Amino acid sequence: MSILGKLSLDAIPYHEPILVGTFSAVVVGALALAYLLIKYNLLGVLWRDWITSIDHKRLGVMYIVLALVMLLRGFSDAIMMRLQLALATNGDPGYLPPHHYDQVFTAHGVIMIIFMAMPFMIGLMNIVVPLQIGARDVAFPFLNNLSFWLTAGGAILINISLFVGEFAKTGWVAYPPLAGLQFSPDVGVDYYIWALQISGIGTTLTAVNFLATVFKMRAPGMKLMDMPIFTWTCTWANILIAASFPILTAVLAMLTLDRYLDFHFFTNDGGGNSMMYINLFWAWGHPEVYILVLPAFGIFSEIVSTFTGKRLFGYKSMVWATASISILGFIVWLHHFFTMGSSANVNAFFGVMTMVIAVPTGVKLFNWLFTMYRGRLRVTVPVLWTLGFMVTFTIGGMTGVLLAVPGADYVLHNSLFLIAHFHNTIIGGAVFGYLAGFAFWFPKAMGFHLNVKLGKAAFWCWLVGFFMAFMPLYVLGFLGMTRRLNHTNNPDWNIWLYIALVGAFIIMAGIICQLLQLYVGFRDRKDNLDTTGDPWNGHTLEWSTSSPPQYYNFAKIPTVSDIDAFTDMKEKGEAYVRHESYEAIHMPKNTAAGILISGCITVMGFALIWHIWWLAALGLFSAFVSLVVRAYTKDVDYYVQPDEVARIEKAHLDSVAKG
Amino acid sequence: MILLLTRILSKIALAITVGLLAGCQGGVLDPKGQVGVDEKQLIILSTVLMLLVVVPVIFMTLYFAWKYREGRDEIYEPKWSHSTKIEVVCWTVPIIIVLILGVITWKSTHALDPYKPLKSDKDHITVEVVSMNWKWLFIYPEQGIATVNQLVFPTDVPVSFKISSEGTMNSFFIPQLGSQIYSMAGMVTKLHLIANEPGTYKGISANYSGPGFTGMKFNAIATPTEADFDAWVAGVKAGTHDDVINHAILDQASYDKLAEYNTDPHHVHVATPVQYYNSIKPGIFHDNVMKFMKDHGKVELLKGTSFDSKMIKGSMDHSDMDHSSMNHSEMSHESPEHMEEDK
Repeated sequence: MSILGKLSLDAIPYHEPILVGTFSAVVVGALALAYLLIKYNLLGVLWRDWITSIDHKRLGVMYIVLALVMLLRGFSDAIMMRLQLALATNGDPGYLPPHHYDQVFTAHGVIMIIFMAMPFMIGLMNIVVPLQIGARDVAFPFLNNLSFWLTAGGAILINISLFVGEFAKTGWVAYPPLAGLQFSPDVGVDYYIWALQISGIGTTLTAVNFLATVFKMRAPGMKLMDMPIFTWTCTWANILIAASFPILTAVLAMLTLDRYLDFHFFTNDGGGNSMMYINLFWAWGHPEVYILVLPAFGIFSEIVSTFTGKRLFGYKSMVWATASISILGFIVWLHHFFTMGSSANVNAFFGVMTMVIAVPTGVKLFNWLFTMYRGRLRVTVPVLWTLGFMVTFTIGGMTGVLLAVPGADYVLHNSLFLIAHFHNTIIGGAVFGYLAGFAFWFPKAMGFHLNVKLGKAAFWCWLVGFFMAFMPLYVLGFLGMTRRLNHTNNPDWNIWLYIALVGAFIIMAGIICQLLQLYVGFRDRKDNLDTTGDPWNGHTLEWSTSSPPQYYNFAKIPTVSDIDAFTDMKEKGEAYVRHESYEAIHMPKNTAAGILISGCITVMGFALIWHIWWLAALGLFSAFVSLVVRAYTKDVDYYVQPDEVARIEKAHLDSVAKG
Repeated sequence: MILLLTRILSKIALAITVGLLAGCQGGVLDPKGQVGVDEKQLIILSTVLMLLVVVPVIFMTLYFAWKYREGRDEIYEPKWSHSTKIEVVCWTVPIIIVLILGVITWKSTHALDPYKPLKSDKDHITVEVVSMNWKWLFIYPEQGIATVNQLVFPTDVPVSFKISSEGTMNSFFIPQLGSQIYSMAGMVTKLHLIANEPGTYKGISANYSGPGFTGMKFNAIATPTEADFDAWVAGVKAGTHDDVINHAILDQASYDKLAEYNTDPHHVHVATPVQYYNSIKPGIFHDNVMKFMKDHGKVELLKGTSFDSKMIKGSMDHSDMDHSSMNHSEMSHESPEHMEEDK
C-alpha cells in the first residue's frame, strides 16, 4: 500500500462529463468569490467577524448559509433524478447509469436531511433561542463555534466525494449487508460514515449546549412554562438529539468496525445480523424526523400568534403536545420495516403507537386554528408559508397514518407513495417552517427587510411545484412503482413521471426567486432598514433588541413576568427605557480553535476514508493538541465598558424614536 | 438541456394521448387476490375515516384565514387564549378517530399477518424464494423443480412462500396480489398469497439492493386450472418449454454458478432471462440458508459454550441452535416439521 493509501489518480472521475462540468463550475465560483473578497478587502472581516466568531447570531447565519448552499446541491440531485426518471421510460436507459444514479439518490437524502434541514433548523435556533430567553449568548460559546465547524467539516467531506472517489450507492439509510465490505468495497460508504460521524458529533454538542443554555440562562422571572413556544420546541428537539444521536454514532461505529477491522456486527456470515443495524438506525432515524419538525411547529406557533396580534391559543396544550410527540417518537421506529416479518402483535403495537402521535399533532393544528380565530391576520410572507404548511402537512399526516396501518403498509412500503408521504411532511412541514422562520427573523438577524413580491412568488412556486412534484408520486405508489428504480418500462406510469418533473422545475423557479430575493434585498438594503428592531409588533424578547441585535444582546437583562414578555413590557410602558447608567458586560473572545480542531478532524476523516493511516493519526493528534492548547488558554474573555454600552444603546433608542 | 426538454415534451404529448385514461390498472388498487382485495378495502376505509378530520381542518384553515384577515371588521380578542371547552374537543376528536383506527389496525394486522396460512379448501403449494444479486430463484420442493425470474402457480390455490436471500436484502412483492416481505440472507421469512383470477402479474423487488436492482423483475403467472399448472410442471421436468433456458438439476454447484454476480460497478446489469431447472437437490434451499451460520458455530466454540459438531457440517439440525436472541420471535428459522416437507 502506498503512502497515499487507496488514493490514486484513478479516484478522480475525469471521464464523467457531468462531474467535470460541475467541478469546473465550482472552481469558477470559488475563484469569483475569492476575487470579490480580495477586491473589497473582506478576507480579514470574514476571518475576524465570522469564521472565528463565537457569537450565536453569526454562527446562526453561517449555519443558514451552509443550509442554503447544501439546498442547492441536494436540489441539483433531485432535478437529476426526476430528469432521469422522466427520460428513462419504456425501457430507455436514460442518461444516468446505476453507478452514478445510485450515488445521486443516496447523496440527495443524506444532504437534504443532515446538511440542509439540520443546519437550517440549528441556524434558526442559534439566532433566536438565546434572544428569546433573554441571554447574552449560549452556555458554551466556543463549543458552539466548534459544533458549527464540525457540521461544516462533514459537509465538506460529502462534497469532496463528488470529485475524489465516489459516494455511497446504498440509499441514505446504508443498510447492510449492501453497505458492508462484501457488497460495497469502494470508498463511498466510508465517505458516508465519516461525514455523518463528524457532523453528528457537532450536532450532539449543539444539543448539550442549548439544553444547558435554556435550563441555566433564562432571564430572571422566566419559569420553564413561560418560555416562548419556539424555545420550547427547540428544547424538546435538543432532548431528542441528545438521546438519539449517540445511537447513530454507535451504529455507525459498529459499521465502521465491520468495514475496517473485519468485525461481524451486520455481515451475512460470522454471526452478523443486519436487522440489528436497521433497528438501531431507525431508533435514531425516527426521532430525527421529529428533531426536524418540532422546531418548525414552534416557528408556525410564533408566526400565527404574532401576525394575528393575539396570544397563542392553548400554550400549555402546545407544550404538552410537543412533549408527548417527543416521547412517543421513540417508540414507533419499527413502522419503518413492518415488512421485515415481525409478529402481528409487534407490528400492530408499533402501528397503533404511530397513530397515537397523530393526536398531539392534530391538537397543534387545532390550536393554530383557534389562534387565528378572532384575530387580525396580516397575510405576510411568513403567514403564507404557515397557511401553506397547514394545508399540505394535514395531507402528509393523513398518508402517514395510512402507512402506519401495517396491512396498508404491506403494499405501500418502499413505494413512491412512501416517498410522496415523507416529502409531504418534510417539505410541507419542516422546510416550509424553516422558510417561514427565515422570512420572519431575517430582518432581526440582518437588519433589513427582504423584497415582499419575490418572497410571495417564491412561496407560490414552492407550493404549486410541491403539489405537482409529489401528488403524482402518490398515484405512482398505488400503481405499484417502487422507489430507487433507475429506469421504468410501464406506459401507465409515464404521464405521472412527467408531471413530477414539471413540478420539480416549478420548485426550482421558487428557489431562484429566493436567491433573487436575497440579491435584491442586499442591493436595496439601505432603503429597507429595520430601524426599530420590532418590525412585526412581536411578542417575545428577541424583538426588544435592535436589528441586528448588539453583540451583547441585552444591555440590561430583562425581568420577565409573562409568556409574551415583550408585549407585556410594551403594554406596561417598560419597553425602550433609557437607563441612567450601565454595567460592564462580560463577553467571550473570538477564537480560531474551532475551525482548527474541526479542520484536523476533517483531514482525519478524509485520511480514514482512503486508508492513509499516518495522516489519520496526524489529524487526530493535531486535533487533540489544539484542544488541549485551547483548554489551557486563559485569555478567553473581556469586558464591554459601561460608556461603550451607553453609546450603543443611545444610538439604538434614538433610531427607535425616529421610527 | 433544451434538447432534453424537447424530448420530454414530446414524450408528455405521447403519454397524454395514450396513457392518461389507463386508470389504476396493474397496481395495488387493482388486486387479483384475496389478500390484495382486503388490503385495498383497508386502505379505503382508513382514508375515509381520516378524511373526516382532514377535510374540516383544511376547510377551517382557509376559512379562518379569510374571515379573520386584517381589514375585515370581525371581532378581535387579542388576549383570548384559552377555552377548556375547545381544548377538550381538540383532544377528544383526534383521540376518537385514532381509537377507531387503532381497533381496525389491531384486527387487520392480525387478519393480514403475512405469516398466517390462508384459509382455503385446497391444500397450499409451497414455493421457496431466494433473492440473488440481481434475480429471483423459485424452488418448488413439492414438485422438485426450480425456476429463475418466473413464478407459476394455479389460480385459487393458496401459495406459501418461504423467502431468503443469497446476498443483499430485497423485498418480495407482487403488487396485485398483496403483501410484501423482506428477503434476508441466513434467515427465512414467510408470506402467504393467493390469486383469484388467472393472469400474469408483475413481480418486483421492493427494496433497493444494488446496481442491478431495477432489472430484478419476474412474472407471476396464475394458471387458470391446477391441471394447467401440472402440465407446466411436467413440461419443466421434461425440458419441453423451448422459449426459456432449460437446465438439468439445481444442486450446490449449479446454485453457486447461478448466484455469481459481477461486482464491477460499471458493469451493465441486464435482466436475467427466465430459466428452468428440471430437478433439484433436496434441501438445497435450507442448506443455503444455513451455510451463513457455519462461522457462528466457531464463535460459540471460542466462547467456551457447548458446541455441536453438527453445526459446521452441511446437514445441521437447526432446532439445536438457539437464535432467539438474534431474531424476532416470529422470524426464527423454520421449525423442524417444515423442514421434513422440504426433503
